[in-house]
Amino acid sequence: MPIIKSKNISKTYYAEEIETPVLHGLDFEIEEGEFVAIMGPSGSGKSTLLHILGFLDDQTGGTYHFNGKKISDYTGAEIAHIRNKEMGFVFQAFNLLPRTTTYDNVKLPLVYSEYPESEWDEMIMKAIEAVGLEHRTYFETSQLSGGEKQRVAIARALVTNPTIIFADEPTGNLDSKSGKKIIEILQKLNEKDKHTIILITHESETAHCAERIIHIKDGKIDSDKKVRHQKDANHGYKK
Amino acid sequence: MRLTHTLKTAVIGLRTNKGRSMLTILGIVIGIMSIIMVMAVGKGAEDLILDQIRGMGSRTMSVEPGRMPQGLGDVYEIFTESLGDKEVEAIKNKNNVRGDNRVAPFVGFMDTVSHENEKMRTQIHGASELWMEIMDVYPEDGQMFTDSDVKQIARVAVIGSEVKNELFGESDAVGENIRIKGRNFKVVGVFPPTGVMMMMDVDSLIILPYTTTQKVLLGISHYHAILVQAETEAMVPGIVEDIKITLREMHGITDPDKDDFHVGTMEDAMQIIGSVTSALTILLTLVAAISLLVGGIGIMNIMLVSVSERTREIGLRKAIGATKGDIITQFLLESVILTIFGGIFGIMLGAGFTWLIGFAIREFGGFISWKFYFPISAVFLGVGVAGAIGLVFGLYPASQAAKKSPIEALRYE
Repeated sequence: MPIIKSKNISKTYYAEEIETPVLHGLDFEIEEGEFVAIMGPSGSGKSTLLHILGFLDDQTGGTYHFNGKKISDYTGAEIAHIRNKEMGFVFQAFNLLPRTTTYDNVKLPLVYSEYPESEWDEMIMKAIEAVGLEHRTYFETSQLSGGEKQRVAIARALVTNPTIIFADEPTGNLDSKSGKKIIEILQKLNEKDKHTIILITHESETAHCAERIIHIKDGKIDSDKKVRHQKDANHGYKK
Repeated sequence: MRLTHTLKTAVIGLRTNKGRSMLTILGIVIGIMSIIMVMAVGKGAEDLILDQIRGMGSRTMSVEPGRMPQGLGDVYEIFTESLGDKEVEAIKNKNNVRGDNRVAPFVGFMDTVSHENEKMRTQIHGASELWMEIMDVYPEDGQMFTDSDVKQIARVAVIGSEVKNELFGESDAVGENIRIKGRNFKVVGVFPPTGVMMMMDVDSLIILPYTTTQKVLLGISHYHAILVQAETEAMVPGIVEDIKITLREMHGITDPDKDDFHVGTMEDAMQIIGSVTSALTILLTLVAAISLLVGGIGIMNIMLVSVSERTREIGLRKAIGATKGDIITQFLLESVILTIFGGIFGIMLGAGFTWLIGFAIREFGGFISWKFYFPISAVFLGVGVAGAIGLVFGLYPASQAAKKSPIEALRYE
């Protein structure tokens, strides 16, 4: 059973009686454990799609099945629970809490989770270790570099050990070296820990680090292909 | 989300804006402070007044001219000349009124008294030795005039300590003369500094024999009151009835509504004063409550600012699994913590000011028996009211925060 099943999903924004259609009926499925890149020029609707898939926004047409269940069948509390337990988000703008340490930022999702508090410390340290930021654990995030901030955000996304990690242009605000490090971490999370990863990017090189690329153009799927030669984070071919 | 973490989050949120949080609660602090002060000072005043009345002895009654005042329109009734020597004798008569009572007529007015070049305007009471016993005040220099002075219409006076200081300064007053309405009176006694008793400032009083006051100074034959002291408290209600029957019979009154006199007991007075002071306290508390309302609106305003400032944070929290309830709880807790802190500060300030006011009243107002009164109920009331204000005025901003769609909140600049 695919974890994500999009059937004819569409989205139209309404503002003061002006309709702005963004997505026009998308059909695709994503299996658990996949590493999918969604590519497209800016304005193509790729971010909107990610927000719908991540329960952050509602579609205006079509049906979206998550884990075999229609999203409209979930209650508000269930949706909050799924966002917490099954999903992790990495944003282009990091969205870390200001004046807060790495440790406390990573802890944030646990506060809303059902994990017993006695396990938190271990989970937080494991997530920080996974992004290689042990030496920054008790730094306030304002003291970190852009790349380090994004790694904190990734640690926060994976602390509850979610099925899917959504990454919305995670390298968009970073220099290429820091960006590569982020992609390397995402690849490792996919391969080693079997997290499903959905990555949004407009850079072809970055997209080719995924196993599959869905191209979106003008709100429609332009192509949906397996990557024949997956690249590593340094853009060399793997194996 | 666990309450302890929500609590921590709320405290951190408030601490990041320490200055603003402090200013925000000022309205609540002042509101709670005024309510505490009004309640405490009101209660203190009531206790003081009741104490003084009680001090007058629950055995004492006062027969006064005019019917029991029912409203402002009845004020003229006290000028009724219905009580004279005839009535005093009737009340003294054991065939009319039961028990071995002590009866003393009373007249009072205000006038200027002088000694040489010193002058002052003050209360002049025409009374008898019984007055002194009821008040429980005795001269420290000289002595009280006697019943024979009363009979002889003697021109003698006992003066309060302030009158003595004003007119005589450091020098001796006993044996000297004071002038009232162009007549000389010999000072026979001076009261020690006593302060206010039974709502009278004893220190600025002048006591003359009631006969002298009536005949020499006022030229009247009626009294302003007849004080009656029973042997025991238990006899008071029966005596009141006896007096009423006696006087009604004398004055040919059949309808009690047409009484030209009334008998006041201490119990009546305490009841009246109790209800007056509680009405005043309630009124003032309501006025103080308005500042709480204003304070609450201030809290709501700042919470709305805080919600819009932290829109992105709210979006993020929702994206990582916060429910609507989590967000509402977080912001509600912030406003409730704010107001409860305000309430606690208000209670402390209110207690402090109440103490200061009590100190001032004792030191400068002459009410030595003023007690510092601070009701524990006011503490619970203060904290409870403050918390409730936080809940009520925090609810709207908190629900605004919870309503935000996560993606719009995250996009917010």
